[in-house]
Amino acid sequence: MLSLWRKIRAVGRVAEPAPPAPTDHAPTATVLTSDTIKELHGSVQIRHVDAGSCNGCEVEIASAFGPVYDAERYGARLVASPRHADALLVTGAVTLNMAEPLRRTYQAVPGPKLVVAVGDCARNCGVFSKAYGVAGAVGDIVPVDLEITGCPPRPDAIVEALRRLTGR
Amino acid sequence: MNAPSVYGTVGVILQLLIVIGLSPLLIGMMRQLRARLEGRAGPGIGQPWRDLRKLMRKQRTSPRGTSEVFRVAPLLLVATCLVVAAVAPFVTTASALDPVADLFAVVALLTLGTVALALAGLDTGTAFGGMGASRETTIIALVEPTMLVAIFALSVPVGSTNLAAIVTSGLDDPAQVFSPVSLLAAVALIVVIIAETGRLPVDNPSTHLELTMVHEAMVLEYSGPDLAMVELASAMRLTVFLGLLANLFVPWGIATSGSVPVIAIGVLAFVVKVAVLGAALAVGEVFLAKLRLFRVPELLAGSFVLGLLAVAASFFLA
Amino acid sequence: MNTVQAGLLTAVTFGLLSALAALLIARPARSAVVGVGIAVCGAGALVAGVAAMAGQVAWFAAPDLLPLSGVVFAIDPLGGAFLAVTGGVAVATGIYGIGYCRGGLDGRLVQCMLPLFVLAMMLVPAAAGVGTFLLCWELMALTSLLLVLAEHRRRPEVASAGRWYAVMTHLGLVAILIGLLIFAANATDSTFAALRLAGHHLSPGLAALIFLVTLIGFGSKAGIVPLHAWLPRAHPEAPSNVSALMSAAMVNLGVYGIVRVGFDLLGGGAAWWWLLVLALGALSAVYGILQAAIGTDLKRLLGHSTTENMGIVLVGVGAAGLFTASGDLTLAGLAMAAALLHIVNHAAFKTLLFQSAGSVVHATGRRDLDYLGGLHDGMPRTTAAFGIGALSASALPPGAAFVSEWLLLQALIHGLPAGVSATIVMPLAVAAVALTAGLAVATFVKAFGVGFLARPRSREAECAHESPPSMLAGMGLAAAACVGLALLPTLVLPTIGAVAGGVVGSGDPVTVTATTIALTDFAGSLSPLLLTVALVIGLVATLAAARALATRRAAREARLWDCGAGPLSARMEYTATSFAEPLQRVFDDVVQAEQDVDVTHHRESAYLVEAIEYHRRVPDRIERRLYEPVLAVMAVWGRVGRRLAPGSVHRYLGYGFYSLCALLILLVVTR
Repeated sequence: MLSLWRKIRAVGRVAEPAPPAPTDHAPTATVLTSDTIKELHGSVQIRHVDAGSCNGCEVEIASAFGPVYDAERYGARLVASPRHADALLVTGAVTLNMAEPLRRTYQAVPGPKLVVAVGDCARNCGVFSKAYGVAGAVGDIVPVDLEITGCPPRPDAIVEALRRLTGR
Repeated sequence: MNAPSVYGTVGVILQLLIVIGLSPLLIGMMRQLRARLEGRAGPGIGQPWRDLRKLMRKQRTSPRGTSEVFRVAPLLLVATCLVVAAVAPFVTTASALDPVADLFAVVALLTLGTVALALAGLDTGTAFGGMGASRETTIIALVEPTMLVAIFALSVPVGSTNLAAIVTSGLDDPAQVFSPVSLLAAVALIVVIIAETGRLPVDNPSTHLELTMVHEAMVLEYSGPDLAMVELASAMRLTVFLGLLANLFVPWGIATSGSVPVIAIGVLAFVVKVAVLGAALAVGEVFLAKLRLFRVPELLAGSFVLGLLAVAASFFLA
Repeated sequence: MNTVQAGLLTAVTFGLLSALAALLIARPARSAVVGVGIAVCGAGALVAGVAAMAGQVAWFAAPDLLPLSGVVFAIDPLGGAFLAVTGGVAVATGIYGIGYCRGGLDGRLVQCMLPLFVLAMMLVPAAAGVGTFLLCWELMALTSLLLVLAEHRRRPEVASAGRWYAVMTHLGLVAILIGLLIFAANATDSTFAALRLAGHHLSPGLAALIFLVTLIGFGSKAGIVPLHAWLPRAHPEAPSNVSALMSAAMVNLGVYGIVRVGFDLLGGGAAWWWLLVLALGALSAVYGILQAAIGTDLKRLLGHSTTENMGIVLVGVGAAGLFTASGDLTLAGLAMAAALLHIVNHAAFKTLLFQSAGSVVHATGRRDLDYLGGLHDGMPRTTAAFGIGALSASALPPGAAFVSEWLLLQALIHGLPAGVSATIVMPLAVAAVALTAGLAVATFVKAFGVGFLARPRSREAECAHESPPSMLAGMGLAAAACVGLALLPTLVLPTIGAVAGGVVGSGDPVTVTATTIALTDFAGSLSPLLLTVALVIGLVATLAAARALATRRAAREARLWDCGAGPLSARMEYTATSFAEPLQRVFDDVVQAEQDVDVTHHRESAYLVEAIEYHRRVPDRIERRLYEPVLAVMAVWGRVGRRLAPGSVHRYLGYGFYSLCALLILLVVTR
């Protein structure tokens, strides 16, 4: 216990200072409707759904919520059930087996709800397009509100997208 | 029963406002403290209130196959916390409802809230709901002996289990705070509080792995205002338990008369004591990992032995 | 003729008339007539009991009615309390039985035995002589045995349960007989009045012997560990109205016997007697509720819960005895009042629980919780009734048992100054009561949640329908009693407190206002009514706030969150076995479940598995350790005894001749 305390004292703050708030003209995102954002007002609970990804995006999401980038300071939090969530963070090209579960997850989220497609596979199937196990991009299964480009996207891109959701 | 005096009513209103208004801030402060110790920046103390405000605007879902128990459980949970917050001596020692301010009654009311939530978990008919209910009732069953024996130890020097009487006796005899009886009973009650409010090491309130959940598993199906009530109730429970711990063992600062400065000091003392205890709990949680479910009975048995020792000490050292 | 006499006369008349009517009336109307008759009989007993508790007395003596001892009845406040409880239970179960017995249980024998059983239970607390007492006790045992065996043609397990019950209740009778006869041999007469006078002059060893022997008999009737084995066998197999009568009225008479012999006839006794009673009570309470928490058969679970509640009552009685022995009479009165109130509360909620369980069995034909569930749709009133009973049984406010357990805990925690032994005993007693309360919460959450909520787990549970109106009326009466005792115990507590004070020789242990119960001589008060009102106000306020603050978004019906994978089947719901599994693991040293795994391999290869069967049984460990050796010894003794009777008539004649010769020689020698 004492060694952990010494480490906490020695390391101190790990989180990098917050970059400037995102504007609407940034190239990594599409324009979002603002009504839902106003309703959420700085508190966005997020449910992550892996629809068939290679886990590269998951590693970047884990980094985004880790101590260095600390997405929680902007009001975003990962939750365990879609019923508790406002937004779905979907990674990967949607495989045949995950198409129906993704739809049901979307239906389970109470309104108002948002869907964020993370990474090139979620946007347009990326390197897996035309593979036989792929049902389509996320936008073919559920309506997508925000896209994050990259294969995988950088954690700061993910954090910037989340800041668009929370408005902080 | 004396008619509630004006100062008693004012105290009750103040207590309710403080518990309802400041308990999410307590949770926020604990999360912020943990974040800072872990090297992160943290969302700020007010985040739980933002979450609650947003949840009230969300849609309420009514799962098919559930009964009234599912819909009533969050209301009952909040109602039990409200009654305890109104009745227990937090800001003043004059309770609005003195016959209800009995330590056994208060503890049983809080258990009623947990039981309502466990029944709601079973009512969903999902495996996770049943699992959460099963684990929660096992922990309640094993925590009861420690809790009642600790209450026994507290009541021996006073001769009563009435909350106001115990707090007043602590005020009258400051040396009681440092007696072995108090210390042993306090440690036993700290373990009880950790078990009842679902904090580390008994349960991890922020886990996402269903197999490690106890409290969260029962509420996976709630959304919108129902979820807001469950979250608020769990924050209020923590505040109420920490407030009871603070005032039963360290009652200095509580208002015993009706003048405005005394009541203001009572409010300040309550807020400071609960904040300090919450901060200590949060710092402790940084160093602890969750115990395996089947190691929890060992922890509870250890606290039971401490409670028994407290009772024995109260007889032999009285 | 005072109220007690009038009530008793009504009760006896209607009881006997109902028994006669059962033999004479034809099948369609039989259960209705007998049910109403039992209800009136019960009402008479209730009135008589309440009047007796208030202080009126009645007695009846007929010295020539029975050879050797005559018949003598006398009702005092203690007897009146038990008479009132029996009467109340009889009213509810009589009405319930009208609908329950129709079709299958309305044979002449069963319907005739029901009122006779109720009558016998009423006359036991009124008996004032050894012969009368034993007569009524045996009548109660025989009638209940015939009622337990009511369905033996339909199910073979009933016969085995009946055998266990018959043997154990008669062994108990023998123990009580021996104890009371030793007592009567040292008194002038066999009436209780004479025994009371002689009780003060008995030597401590003799008094202890009498107490212990009668404790064995009465303890077995009350379902106290280790003589409880008949309870979880007889209760599931008996018809539900009989189970309700047995659990809510008959087992109380075991406690009545202990209090009557220990406090009244023997005049208090030594402290170690009551320490033994307290220890047995605590052990029964914890063991009973543990078995209930782990079991899955609904009626067996309720039977184990009866053992638990009688254990708690004996903790109160034992504490009362301990405090009397150490001179603290107010505290003794408080403990005894807690015990008596718990008997009343237990009668109310156990009747309700057994009636609802009977409703469920009547509608679905299933007793196993693992196959029930989802009954709130088809049987909403029964679900509500079971919910009220479960809340009362789990000792949570605003339930009924919370008040009696609060009183008991107050008595125990103020008992510390009674000595060094009290310092060890009182905290352990509090811990035992607390563990019992915690496990009771787990048990009834399991029984209510798994059995009635969520979705049905079997075809029969899906097709469940609500019970007929007479059964609902019976449940309604019991539910009204539960709710009344939960909110307004202040109505019955003064009377019960006076009775308790009378038994231990103190004043009123509790002071009561319209809403609050306060302890005399100690600081402590409780108001169940105010607590419930506060809770209701809190509920309404929360509901109003939630409606006001939530924005107008329509609630939508959604499928359950099943992780998106597929429809949730009934097999995926948590069952009672899985709910209780953590508890079973924690208490594995006590419970020691037996597990069998049978693996059937494929015919052609031992590496391929065709089928795996898993069986898990939770045997009663006390039975395993205590009864099976005794039964083995009896079997050996029986085999040895068989060698004495090989079938030769010459040998039997020889036995007679030689024993006659030996007797004559003995007479010559001793004369």
